[in-house]
Amino acid sequence: MAEVSVLEAVRETLDEVLAADERVFLLGEDLEAGGVFRATDGLSAKYPGRVLDAPLAESSIIGITIGAAHYGQRPVAEIQFADFIHAGFDQLCSEASRWSWRTRGEQYLPMVVRTPWGGGVHGGQHHSQSIEAYYAHMPGIKVVAPSFPADYRSLLKAAIADPNPVLFLEHKRTYRLIRQEVDGAPAEDRIGKSRITRHGDDLTVFAYGLMLHESLAAAEELAGEGIECTVVDLLTLNPLDRETILEAARATGKVLIVHEDTLTGGLGGEIAGIIAEHAFEDLDAPIRRLAGPDIPPIPFHEAMETAFMPDRTKIAAAARDLAAY
Amino acid sequence: MTASQTRVPRSSEMLDDYLLSEEQLEAIYRYMLLSRRLEERMMTLNRQGRADFVIAGAGQEAAQVGAGMALKAGVDYAAPYYRDLGVMLVLGMTAREAMLNALGKLDDPNSFGRQMPSHWGSARRRVLTQSSVVATQLVHAVGVALGAKMRNDPIVAFASCGEGSTSRGDFHEALNFAAIHKLPVIFFVENNGYAISERTEKEMPVPHVADRASAYGIQSAVVDGLDAIAVYQTVRPAVDQARRGAGPFLIEAKCFRMWAHSSDDDHRRYRPREELENWASRDPIALFRNRVEEDCLFPPEDLDAIDSGVEVEVRAAARWALDQPDPVPEDMYGYVYREGDDG
Repeated sequence: MAEVSVLEAVRETLDEVLAADERVFLLGEDLEAGGVFRATDGLSAKYPGRVLDAPLAESSIIGITIGAAHYGQRPVAEIQFADFIHAGFDQLCSEASRWSWRTRGEQYLPMVVRTPWGGGVHGGQHHSQSIEAYYAHMPGIKVVAPSFPADYRSLLKAAIADPNPVLFLEHKRTYRLIRQEVDGAPAEDRIGKSRITRHGDDLTVFAYGLMLHESLAAAEELAGEGIECTVVDLLTLNPLDRETILEAARATGKVLIVHEDTLTGGLGGEIAGIIAEHAFEDLDAPIRRLAGPDIPPIPFHEAMETAFMPDRTKIAAAARDLAAY
Repeated sequence: MTASQTRVPRSSEMLDDYLLSEEQLEAIYRYMLLSRRLEERMMTLNRQGRADFVIAGAGQEAAQVGAGMALKAGVDYAAPYYRDLGVMLVLGMTAREAMLNALGKLDDPNSFGRQMPSHWGSARRRVLTQSSVVATQLVHAVGVALGAKMRNDPIVAFASCGEGSTSRGDFHEALNFAAIHKLPVIFFVENNGYAISERTEKEMPVPHVADRASAYGIQSAVVDGLDAIAVYQTVRPAVDQARRGAGPFLIEAKCFRMWAHSSDDDHRRYRPREELENWASRDPIALFRNRVEEDCLFPPEDLDAIDSGVEVEVRAAARWALDQPDPVPEDMYGYVYREGDDG
């Protein structure tokens, strides 16, 4: 068994899929040189003509991906930082998301857009943001945000095999931070499934990306105090796994939802809505959300950035309050 | 004896002066006329309250049909825009299908009543599904061409738009990428002089859209979009050379929008009366007919026979389509995602 980082899991999976299927190609900025995070390091030399540098123009990166997928290729686009994806919003939300719907499935798009997201890297307003809520709002685009290297492997493979547009979110703070023993065969993850990562009787925490790891750390700390948490790794943000969400909420009757995205209109509201609507009678406390404050972007300076981001300490504090309710 | 009984089969041999055969010339006339008569009928249905919305290409038929004829139907890919009924007819759409589309019927092969009329799409005819967002389709065509180049497939991607679309970033991004990778894309701009009410001088400071192509290192041409033969003669070599690997080509066809932007627009608010009267005498269908008659290619009675045949076809198609099933509310569900693995 080898230990791999999130970044290595992404790179190895791209390598594996490029080798297995010659329809697969990569398109994005600086990819031929290996990408700014090195996610495509060495791939350009190994697969000539299938790792393509794109001009600095996100709308066409996504639009060309649409056209190539329509043609029958299996394109995997990279948007260098999720913060810049909105120039391609129209292409994703006005075109890709409804390609199948508006042709009753006659035309479809097996395409993936990978992009690094999230804070904790002193990236300020345009290298740290959480963009998932804009895109998870749009039926027709699957939004995936794994947390562990094994899930990056299995879900990236699943995303490339999926006949629908998939927005694949890679938390940049975890690229080198999170490592995991991964054996040859990837875990059998499916897009659309969440996973209960830790079982406990006192409360349930929902999170994804870096916040999943912070939540697990908080749960570990709380266990020492006698508070046992169930922790759910959401993995797919659209469509949400309502079944697992409700099962995990009912198991403890107390729910804490954590995300770094700002509070208003964030995914937490939707998860809370599902639980309030369908599991109200199983709840023992008001649903609690812990999220970034409602200021436009993440600030640059460490003092402010740290204050902006939820972390294990804040999660543990919120969980203690909830457990005591 | 009806006129059609007197007609002799047309030759498929190319006429040197035209670079087209008699058969093709007749087809051009028929497609242009079919497009116009269909749109007239659609507009009538709209005024009768039976069709919700019409957005037409009247006045642009020569550009659309001339360009469409230069493609290999069923082989080449097309990303047309909403005025391109003429292109769609050349690529194989029938009068009945056009009427199903105009009425948003369940069996409309473009979007099954899910989109407004004239938002084309057909997997079978290799027409990319299209939205109301202008210029996005140009980038899709570039993606198709990239895929084809990777697979060494000898196809061309045809992307058309109005000159209004050329203000959008996607137009420029599409040209840039296609040129960098020398992709087989034909950018066909139907410049009808108006983006809804905005005249071209409010849209761009240069006289021709084609002027912009040189900034991207793309070959370009300006052609009289009222002359179907000239359009074909311009587009066809561009298609052929793109197919051979010579890269993209931009063709600007100078057209005329005979009608308002759509059935919901009144262009008398912003267009001078003289302009419309002046252009009415330059109807591309009449111009074509005059030319082939003057060149003694077709006896007038043959063209009359096409006229009456098209008239009958359009009336029958409209009557038939009105009786076809409408979608029911449940028809909006499904196909949000494609199930299973891809093909």
